[in-house]
Amino acid sequence: MQHISAVREPLVTGGKTYHDVTADICYQVEAKPNIRWMMAFGVALFFLGVFFYSVYRTLWYGIGEWGLNKTVGWAWDITNFVWWVGIGHAGTLISAVLLLFRQKWRSSINRAAEAMTIFAVICAAMFPVLHMGRPWMAFWVLPLQNTYGSLWANFNSPLLWDVFAISTYFSVSLVFWYIGLVPDFATIRDRAKGPIAKVAYSMLSLGWKGSAKAWSRYETVSLILAGVSTPLVLSVHTIVSMDFATSVVPGWHTTIFPPYFVAGAIFSGFAMVLTLMLITRVVFRLEDYITLEHIALMNKIMMITGSIVGVAYITEFFIAWYSQVEFEQYAFINRATGPYWWAYASMMTCNVITPQLVWFRRVRYSIPLTFILSIIVNIGMWFERFVIIVTSLHREYIPSGWVMFSPSIIDIGIYVGTLGLFFTLFLLFAKFFPVINMAEVKTILKYTVDNGPTYTGGHGHGHGHAPAHPVTPGVPASAPVTYNQHD
Amino acid sequence: MGRAPWPCQRESTQVPKSPTMKYWKGIEELENSPEFLQTAFSEFAPMKDLHPSSDPTAAPRRDFLKLMGFGVAAAALASCEAPVRKAIPYLNKPEEVDPSIANFYASTYFNGADYNAVLVKNRDGRPIKLEGNPESPITRGGLSARAQAAVLNLYDGGRLQHFAIKGQKSTPEALDREVMSKLGSAGRIAIVSPTIISPSTKRAIAEFANRYPGTSHVMYDAQSASGLLQANSGVLPSYNFERANVIVSLGADFLGTWISPVEFARQYATTRKVSSEKRTMSRHYQFETAMSLTGSNADVRVPVKPSELGAVAAALYNGIAGGGSSSYSNPKLTKAISDLQANRGASLVVSGSNDPAVQTLVAAINQTLGNVGTTVDLAAPSMVRQGDDARMNALVEDIIGGRIGGVIFYHANPVFSHPMGEKLKAAIPKLGLSISFNDRLDETGSLCQYAAPDHHWLESWNDFEPKRGFLSLAQPAITPLFSTRQAQETLLRWAGNNTTYYNYVRNGWRNVLGGNFNAAWDKAVHDGVAMGTALAAAPAPSAAAMSAAEALGQLGSAKGSGIELTVYEKVGLGAAGFESNNPFLQELPDPVSKATWGNYLAVPRKMAVEQKWEQGDVIKVTGNGKTIELPVLIQPGQANGTVSIALGYGREMAGKVGDKVGANAAPFMGIATVTLDKTGANSPIAQTQTHHTIMDRSQVVQENSLANYIKDPKKVTEYETIVTPDGAEKPSKVSLWQDYQYNNHHWGMAIDLNSCIGCGSCVIGCQTENNVAVVGKQEVINRREMHWMRIDRYYSSDAHRTDFDEKGKLATYAAMEDPSENPQVIFQPMMCQHCNHAPCETVCPVLATTHSSEGLNQMTYNRCVGTRYCANNCPYKVRRFNWFSYYSNEKFENVNGHMFTDLGRMVLNPDVTVRARGVMEKCSMCVQRIQLGKLEAKKQKRRPMDGEVVTACAQSCPTEAIVFGDMRDPESRISKLLKREDGERAFHALDTINVQPNITYLTKIRNAASEFFPEEKEA
Repeated sequence: MQHISAVREPLVTGGKTYHDVTADICYQVEAKPNIRWMMAFGVALFFLGVFFYSVYRTLWYGIGEWGLNKTVGWAWDITNFVWWVGIGHAGTLISAVLLLFRQKWRSSINRAAEAMTIFAVICAAMFPVLHMGRPWMAFWVLPLQNTYGSLWANFNSPLLWDVFAISTYFSVSLVFWYIGLVPDFATIRDRAKGPIAKVAYSMLSLGWKGSAKAWSRYETVSLILAGVSTPLVLSVHTIVSMDFATSVVPGWHTTIFPPYFVAGAIFSGFAMVLTLMLITRVVFRLEDYITLEHIALMNKIMMITGSIVGVAYITEFFIAWYSQVEFEQYAFINRATGPYWWAYASMMTCNVITPQLVWFRRVRYSIPLTFILSIIVNIGMWFERFVIIVTSLHREYIPSGWVMFSPSIIDIGIYVGTLGLFFTLFLLFAKFFPVINMAEVKTILKYTVDNGPTYTGGHGHGHGHAPAHPVTPGVPASAPVTYNQHD
Repeated sequence: MGRAPWPCQRESTQVPKSPTMKYWKGIEELENSPEFLQTAFSEFAPMKDLHPSSDPTAAPRRDFLKLMGFGVAAAALASCEAPVRKAIPYLNKPEEVDPSIANFYASTYFNGADYNAVLVKNRDGRPIKLEGNPESPITRGGLSARAQAAVLNLYDGGRLQHFAIKGQKSTPEALDREVMSKLGSAGRIAIVSPTIISPSTKRAIAEFANRYPGTSHVMYDAQSASGLLQANSGVLPSYNFERANVIVSLGADFLGTWISPVEFARQYATTRKVSSEKRTMSRHYQFETAMSLTGSNADVRVPVKPSELGAVAAALYNGIAGGGSSSYSNPKLTKAISDLQANRGASLVVSGSNDPAVQTLVAAINQTLGNVGTTVDLAAPSMVRQGDDARMNALVEDIIGGRIGGVIFYHANPVFSHPMGEKLKAAIPKLGLSISFNDRLDETGSLCQYAAPDHHWLESWNDFEPKRGFLSLAQPAITPLFSTRQAQETLLRWAGNNTTYYNYVRNGWRNVLGGNFNAAWDKAVHDGVAMGTALAAAPAPSAAAMSAAEALGQLGSAKGSGIELTVYEKVGLGAAGFESNNPFLQELPDPVSKATWGNYLAVPRKMAVEQKWEQGDVIKVTGNGKTIELPVLIQPGQANGTVSIALGYGREMAGKVGDKVGANAAPFMGIATVTLDKTGANSPIAQTQTHHTIMDRSQVVQENSLANYIKDPKKVTEYETIVTPDGAEKPSKVSLWQDYQYNNHHWGMAIDLNSCIGCGSCVIGCQTENNVAVVGKQEVINRREMHWMRIDRYYSSDAHRTDFDEKGKLATYAAMEDPSENPQVIFQPMMCQHCNHAPCETVCPVLATTHSSEGLNQMTYNRCVGTRYCANNCPYKVRRFNWFSYYSNEKFENVNGHMFTDLGRMVLNPDVTVRARGVMEKCSMCVQRIQLGKLEAKKQKRRPMDGEVVTACAQSCPTEAIVFGDMRDPESRISKLLKREDGERAFHALDTINVQPNITYLTKIRNAASEFFPEEKEA
């Protein structure tokens, strides 16, 4: 069913054979962790420690350890929550929507992007629990049966919808990701030497045999899960945005929020995927799988969603003016010119102006520039949520309640702590799981009619690509490709 | 297939197949031995002891495991069990005391400055709250914030709990022996006290003085009215603001701190209440230096320097009496003169000055205007200020000079509150005999040889005569908590009279109460107040200090230079520092500056701009060789070229709460000019409100002029409309909601912004009623105060929305954030609005906040998980989150100590939960009081009567600005009021968002002369 064009650009460079793919990707799992990974993991663990300390302070003493006050009841907590959920979106978009649209280039990046989704959602899910005054009662938000008769969850509350949205999203993403991993786990299992690895990957691979029937089911399940997740791409952030949109707070009470939040989520998600992939491809020498073409494509998506977000910002101002509502107008004037103008200015610069640089081909194809851009967008999107939450709350209806918010050290600790948690998980994933979907990448090695996976007869091949392991010599160039062979 | 039957042995043995045939299941059954019969009918064969042991003490394995299991389980259970707190029932139930039923006892609060007739709410034998005594003709059910908070002082762990000799614990007997042996030879003895208005106490002092002839009794007031007393021949006039159409105050904060604020506030508010039938109200001019509570309520306020106040008085006198030229002129003063002249006999001029010359002129003005006998009453003078500065200063000189043998400090703490406190501090240890009756080892008491602490007033009998002919009683509401003794009894004992003070008071009243004394006495104790011939002799008129002409001559020459200083008294904390250890009052925001926890240097903005001072910059104030350091607070309305500092702060030995809060300004009393230097340090001021202007948000709070109101009461309030297909409609007409049905009650509240003076009494009333936690200075700075009820204070700004076109929106908005130099002030009490379309209710994920069938928005604390979504979605920002565990987190042990100790917890209202960390709380409209009222009515098989259920805030309001009641009862006060004011002054805050509050505000009406406020809106 794959259409093979005569002029298509290669999706994987370096003239990889099927075996190369296996060897390149399994290498990270099988080799001893390198020093760069160890250092990165050490740093991540340190921040994880910061996270645990900050959480301990929060749980032991109370939310008072944060910088919140009587007027600003949410600040960094929900900012971080929305930011992390948003970051997660790219994974789902890449794995589900791009699969449905048969965007083959997604194969190199979907695994890592999905992993990122899951870890980001884990980080995000910390906040709705941690921000509660009594997190040990968190299960009360679930509509569980109890002995109190009519006392149940409040289905009017967007926070309850959040619970459903996030938990659905997390479970579907996790299943999707795991299903995709099964054939690759089987490959690693078959190659494993150590007893622990053998047992562990055997269990993880759920007895995958690679039969044609299994592959057929695999494809079907992937398609179904893609169909299930696609609405989630839209629904999760729509529901998150309703936390704000259904309120009476000027600056929150905005009907444009659902599409605006979804666009923003994809925007920030792609930025995060870019940040991570640019690092991974260098650290793990995966330049042939994650090519400049991938980077350029992702840049384009970032630019489009960034522009949508920009239009949304401007629309909000237009509506505030058009509504002629005093409080609404002041909320937006205050946002741009009030005491938090710098947050607003950061948001506008990072999110609206910087992505426009991607119109230049040179920027699009430049790795350092893309990396900087992706970081800037991540910062900008964090500020977007901060601006929406804090600058709307801090000067609301009643002027006597107007206050300023400043974060406490614990606020900062929890935020950088979740970064630590995220990178700990991501580094563990990168070390122990195949970061690229081997099985699917093998399907795109053949990109034109007369070009298939070949054995080039040598290694290095003048591409600057020097795998740290020998390419198995003696395999014929026209070796038949069978999917049920996990070599 | 069913289960195979499993007959028990009993059946198998009892139902043989045939009587002739018998089957045995074994040889044992055949033998039917006693051993067999023992076990024949049990289902299972007995367990075999697998390891028979000959040693009976050795524990078998199974027993060991059982015991271990039990032990582990018991240890685990014991470790997680909550400590047992025993509530021991009465063996013999005291009469009147029913568990969980409150009793009210009438009593009297007087702390040396404020008089309040109170009802003490007792639960299970302990006072938990004070309420105003509506029987009192003076305070008429109102209660000041200080009096509200006073119940907390009873349980103050900082009180001295026993008699002490030189700081060592002692007994009354030992102390009496030593003191009485020294008293005879002490020579000159002085009893130093604040004003005493108790006739019996004065008799006791006189008896003591009789026994020890060298004794003199010197009273002094930390905020003295000596000048006023001198000018009126030793008489403190009673004032009646109720009859005054025009009120001119020269620096008298009569609504906040001056003489009898609760009484005056009620009278004042009466003249300020308007309705379409009564479209008149008094006009109030205020000439003052610092922005006082009274000044913030004035229709016309003129900032003047302290040195100018004399000139103002002189100009006013000249204007009224038609005298010569004046050095001060101001069109507002001219208008005041003409208003006064137009209201002869129905006007009132008062002054807070302590300068006899000013007070002489003020007395002369009232005399000239014919106000004496109408608004000024010299026949029934007030007794609440009797301090004589000259006598006190002479005594201090004598103590310092060593000319006094012994001093008894009777609730007086001059080391702290007298300007010469430092010198006294050195002199008191040198006295031959020094005794303190103070309730704690304070700055003065700790220097004394003997400490004989008095009972708290809630533990005491006493009588009072706040005004000649008006009597008041105090009765004990609890057995004394500590080994203290009533001071009067101590004095009497030393004088050789061993009677109890109760008998002493009672006997004293025999001459006063006519008819059947026992019945009259019982009634007086029950009512707490009585009218009667004065117990004390009428104050002897002294010679008038000076004539008006002399006074004019003195004042004409007064001229100030440099930066002038005023020291003033806070509405919450008294000048004498008696309330310093009361955390409720420390955290009560100043009505005007909204600052808590500490005093500050209030400066006008002009000075701050010129000197480049920011709020919180610490300034060294130097005057007459004395210095203190205080942070700057930029105070709109402060007269240019002046600064002011509050008294009562900077205590050293008040207790955990009050020590080291602010700096003591007492040494600066009487110092006119100071120099100011920036120190470079910064000390943030804990304000509960940091944005000060209303930003022209007429939807939040509304005001208009009396002129417009007279023209058309229906045009003074702006009602927002929204456009619908049927034209402009009230927002409440358009709704997606299915409205709640209220079939029984629908509670509501109306707050008249015209009579609310912003005093903060309701804030403390709410705090005591509802166990609201105190959070301390740092947490107020963090903007996390817990008050369920707050009073928003807005200053007017020079910029308005009307400037948008001319100056641009951004510039105008920025300018609107700055208050005017001398702003108009509006107060708005703000608490949960109990919205019928409550935004908080829809967003709570766990239904912790819901709507009651009676219109209340109710908070279920133990269901709350603390997402704070409700607080974010509350447009009024009235929800308060428990950021910490305020009752157990050691950070709050000093400031919220009453929730930490068994002693302090006695003050908590047992009907209201102390909220746990992590839950949201807010005004419940005193649902416990509503419930009580409903139950009482139900017991009597009737509906609750209007006025039977009153919230704590409404109860304590001295001006009756808050009306609470059932809006479904057409005959209730609130229903009538809302009906009357509908379309006129009644409005809901933030009407357009259609949350439909149950709290209604009534538009404030100002009676400012239109010529001074040309921008006043035209109706």
